[in-house]
Amino acid sequence: MEHIRMPKVENVRLLDRLSSRRAVVGTLYLTATHVIFVENGSETRKETWVLHSQISSIEKQATTATGCPLLIRCKNFQVIQLVIPQERDCHDVYISLIRLARPVKYEELYCFSFNPKLDKEEREQGWKLVDLSEEYNRMGVPNNYWQISDVNRDYGVCDSYPTEVYVPKSATAHIIVGSSKFRSRRRFPALSYYCKGNNASICRSSQPLSGFSARCLEDEQMLQAIRKANPGSDFIYVVDTRPKLNAMANRAAGKGYENEDNYSNIKFQFIGIENIHVMRNSLQKMLEGNTPLHWKIEERIDPSVKEVRIPALKSVKKSMESNLYLLQLNEAVAEEGVSVLVHCSDGWDRTAQVCSVASLLLDPYYRTMKGFMVLIEKDWVSFGHKFNHRYGNLDGDPKEISPVIDQFIECVWQLMEQFPCAFEFNERFLIHIQHHIYSCQFGNFLCNSQKERRELKIKERTYSLWAHLWKNRADYLNPLYRSDHSQSQGTLHPQIAPCNFLYKFWSGMYNRFEKGLHPRQSVTDYLMAVKEETQQLEEELEVLQERLANLQKSQSGNDKVKSKQQDRSKPFGLYTSNNSLANTPQEYSNDLKSFPSRSPSQGDEDSALILTQDNLKSSDPDLSANSDQESGVEDLSCRSPSGGGCLPSEDSGKDSDEAVFLAG
Amino acid sequence: LLRSSQPLTGHNRRRCPEDEKLLGTILDEGERGFIIDTRSAQAAKQARMSGGGTEPKSSYPQWRRIHRALERGRPLQESFIRLVEACGDPSPSMDRWLARLDGSRWLSHVKAALSTACLAAQCLDREDAKVLVHGAEGTDTTLLVTALAQLILDPSCRSLQGFQGLLEREWIQAGHPFQLRCARSASSHARGKQEAPLFLLFLDCVWQLSRQFPFSLEFGEGLLLALFDNAYASAYGTFLCNNEKERSLCKVKESTHSLWAWLDQPEEKQKYLNPLYSHNPLVIWPSVEPQSIQLWQGLFLRWIRPSQHLDEAWGEIHRLVEG
Repeated sequence: MEHIRMPKVENVRLLDRLSSRRAVVGTLYLTATHVIFVENGSETRKETWVLHSQISSIEKQATTATGCPLLIRCKNFQVIQLVIPQERDCHDVYISLIRLARPVKYEELYCFSFNPKLDKEEREQGWKLVDLSEEYNRMGVPNNYWQISDVNRDYGVCDSYPTEVYVPKSATAHIIVGSSKFRSRRRFPALSYYCKGNNASICRSSQPLSGFSARCLEDEQMLQAIRKANPGSDFIYVVDTRPKLNAMANRAAGKGYENEDNYSNIKFQFIGIENIHVMRNSLQKMLEGNTPLHWKIEERIDPSVKEVRIPALKSVKKSMESNLYLLQLNEAVAEEGVSVLVHCSDGWDRTAQVCSVASLLLDPYYRTMKGFMVLIEKDWVSFGHKFNHRYGNLDGDPKEISPVIDQFIECVWQLMEQFPCAFEFNERFLIHIQHHIYSCQFGNFLCNSQKERRELKIKERTYSLWAHLWKNRADYLNPLYRSDHSQSQGTLHPQIAPCNFLYKFWSGMYNRFEKGLHPRQSVTDYLMAVKEETQQLEEELEVLQERLANLQKSQSGNDKVKSKQQDRSKPFGLYTSNNSLANTPQEYSNDLKSFPSRSPSQGDEDSALILTQDNLKSSDPDLSANSDQESGVEDLSCRSPSGGGCLPSEDSGKDSDEAVFLAG
Repeated sequence: LLRSSQPLTGHNRRRCPEDEKLLGTILDEGERGFIIDTRSAQAAKQARMSGGGTEPKSSYPQWRRIHRALERGRPLQESFIRLVEACGDPSPSMDRWLARLDGSRWLSHVKAALSTACLAAQCLDREDAKVLVHGAEGTDTTLLVTALAQLILDPSCRSLQGFQGLLEREWIQAGHPFQLRCARSASSHARGKQEAPLFLLFLDCVWQLSRQFPFSLEFGEGLLLALFDNAYASAYGTFLCNNEKERSLCKVKESTHSLWAWLDQPEEKQKYLNPLYSHNPLVIWPSVEPQSIQLWQGLFLRWIRPSQHLDEAWGEIHRLVEG
C-alpha cells in the first residue's frame, strides 16, 4: 500500500495505561486496514488490533531515553501509547498513520475489503433483517390518516430524506413540495413515530425559513394536515430543540422558528439542547480528564473526582437535560394524545436524538434488541443523519465532527441503569454498536444519506452490522429482561431530578480497554450462564421424565421407580465466577516512583482475555478468531484461581528515605 | 496488621524504651515494617506541640513511616452535611447539582480511605511486611484503615459471619466512640464537636467493594443500610456507648439485646444475603480511579429516588439464581 512507509517495526514497547512502568515489548505492523501490535512473549503473543478508521488522533511526543513515544487515541476511547526505539521509524509510522487514518475515498474503508465469508444470498438476507416498511406497518401505518408518499422517489424533493416517507392523508404532493421549499435543507415534516392507541404522532423536520416575517401557505397546510391526522386533538405541539437564543439568531439568517400567530392551532416550545460544537467540546474535556497522570505533559498529583467526572457528566447532561422536556413530550403523546412536531436547525442531529429517545420511552418494542436496531435504522440512518461528517468516515471538516449518536447511546445506557429489567439487550450491545459506527467495518453507517449509500451500492458491496449482531445475539442479552415484566410494558417514566442521572460514569464505555478499572466480575455474564444452565437442566429433566414415564409404562409391575433427579440447586462446578482477575492490585500511591510496584498479573492474563471479551484483540472484537471465548461459554469451565506466589517487585526506590512514599 | 494511637513524643522528643521494645519484638532480625500514619506529615509534626507526635526513625530503626492524610472530625462532618444537602436539593438544576456534589468532596474521602487501606494490604500481601496503623487517637481513621484492609485481604471477613466479627473487633471493641460520633447525623443543627461520620465512610467503602466485586461479599447493600441506621439509632445495644469500659459500666450486655442475634435469625438473614455470592479465596483489589468510585445512591438518595426498579431487578436476580 502506497501510504505505508514502514510496514513493520520491531522492539516497540506498548505502555500500560495505569502504570507507566509496565510495558510489553513486541512488534508493530501496519496493514492497509489495521495497526497491529503483537507481544513478544513466547506463550501469550497477545495481539492488539486497531482499525485505521478508529483512530481519532495521533500524537508524536518528545523523544526520551527509551525511545520516541507515539500516542494513539481512538474514537472508541481506546488509548494506546507506543514507544518506538528509533526516531526515524517513529516518524515514518506517524506519517503513515496520519494518512491511513484519514481516508479520502470510500473504497479505502475497511467495509469494502472485509470478508466474513458469507455468500451473496446471506449478505442480502443480512440487509433485509431490518425492514422499515415492516416497522411502519407494525406501528399501524399506512391507515386512514397516514399514507406513504413517493414524492421523494428520486430524491428530487429532499436528498437527505429516504425515498419513502409517511405523511398525513391530507398532505398532497403539492403541499409537501411547497413545505419542503420553506424548510432548511428541504427537510419537510414527516412521520417518525405513530401511536396506534390514540392516533397521536411524533413528526420531525428542520427549521422553517421564516426569517422575521416570511410565510408559506403550503407549510402551514402541512402542519394543519398533521393536526387533522389526529382527530382526538385540536392542536399540535411544535418543539424546537435549540436554545431560544440560537433559534432567534437564526432568524437573522432567514431561518428561525414557527410563529404561533401564523400557524393555526400550534403550541410552540423550546428545549435548550446545545449544538454539535458544544457537544464536541464537552467530550473533549471529558476525555482529557480521563487520561492517566503520566501521559500528560504537566503532572498533576491527584486526579480528583472533579477532573474526570464533572466534564464527563456535563457532556451527557446536555442531552439528558432534554429528558425533562422529553417527558413532557411523551406525556403529550401518550397521555394527552396530542401530536408533536420536533425540529432543530437542520433536523438531523438533536431532532434524531429527541425522536429516538422519545420513541424508546414510549414504545417497549424499541427496548428489544430487534426494535433497537430498527430504531437506529429509522431515526438515524433513514432520516439522513450525517454519519460521514459527524464520525469522520472520510477525512473532512473537523468542525462537523461531533459525538451526537454517542450521546444518544449513553442516554440509553443511563436508562438501562435506571430500569435494569426493561431492556432486552445489555451494555455490551450498546458498546459494540458504538464501536462499529466508527469502525466502518460494516456498511450501515457510511455516507450522509440514503441517496449516497444507494449511489455507492453499499448493500451489494458491504455487509450489514445488524445481521452480525443478530447472529451473536446471545452475547447481548440482558438476563434480567422478561417481556412480561412490568418494566418492559408501556411507557417508561424516568426520574428526572439531576441526581438520578449524573452520578454514574460509564466506565464500561470510556474505560473499556482498561482492565481493572470497572467491576471485573461480570454479573450479566454470570446471570446469563445461570439462566442457560437452568434451561439446560430443565430440558434434561423433561427428557428424563419422559423416559421415566415410558419405562413405567413398559414395566408396569415393577416397584422400583428409577428417579433420576438432577440436583438443580447449585450445578457442580459448571460456573465459578472468575476470581483470578481480582488478584491484581492497582497503584495505590499516586506518584510515579510507585511503591509497592504493581506485580504482573501472574497468569491472570489468560483469564483477562476470557472474562472481558473486549480484551481479546483489544479493539476489534469481530476479528477475533476465538469466537468460543467471546460467547461466554468458556466461562463455564471450572478454573482454579491462581493465587499465591508473587513476583518480586522491581521497585528501586526502597532504599531511599520517606520522601518517596509521600503523596505529593 | 497492628493498630495503636500516636506516640506521645511531644516537643521534647521523649523516648519510651518499653514502646520501642514492643515494636522491636514484632519484627524479626533484619525485617522491615511499615507505619502508616493517617495524618499528613505536617499535621503529625504539629501534634508534637500538644504532646503527641510520630515515631522517630532513630528510635525505631526497622520501621518505615508512610503518611496518608485521611480526613476526620469536623471537616469530614461538613463534607457529609454538604453532600446530604446537595442530594436533598429539590431544584433540578444540573450545574448546581454537579457543583455541590463535587464541592462536598465526599467521594475524594472515599477514594483516600480505600487507597490507604489498599496500601496497607499491599504491604502485607505483596511485601510480606508487618504494618502498624495509627492516627492521633487511634479510634477513627485508624480503624477505618485496618477494617478495610482486612476486608480486602481476608475472605473470611467477607462472609456474613466474618463481617460481623470484623465489626465487633475493629469498631466496637476497638473503641470507636459511637455515641460521640453518631449522635445527630447530617441534618442536625446542633453541631457537636465530636460528631463525624467515620463509620458511614467505612460502610460507603464497603459498598464500593461490593459494587466492584459483586460476587465476593456474602451480604448485600441492605445490611450496610441496616448498620448505618443502627449506628445512629437502634433498638439494640450493640452500638451503644463509646468503648467496652462504658458498656460494662452501663451493663449493656445484661440489659439490652444484641443486633447480631437479631440479624442471625433465619428470616432476617435471608434479607441481607447476596444471591450472587460465591466464596472468593483471593485478595480483592479495588480500583480507586475516580471513574470507579460512585455515589452510594442507595444511601444518599434513599428517600429521594424510588428504588422500585432496582428492587425489581434484584428480585429477578434472586429468581434466576434460586430457580
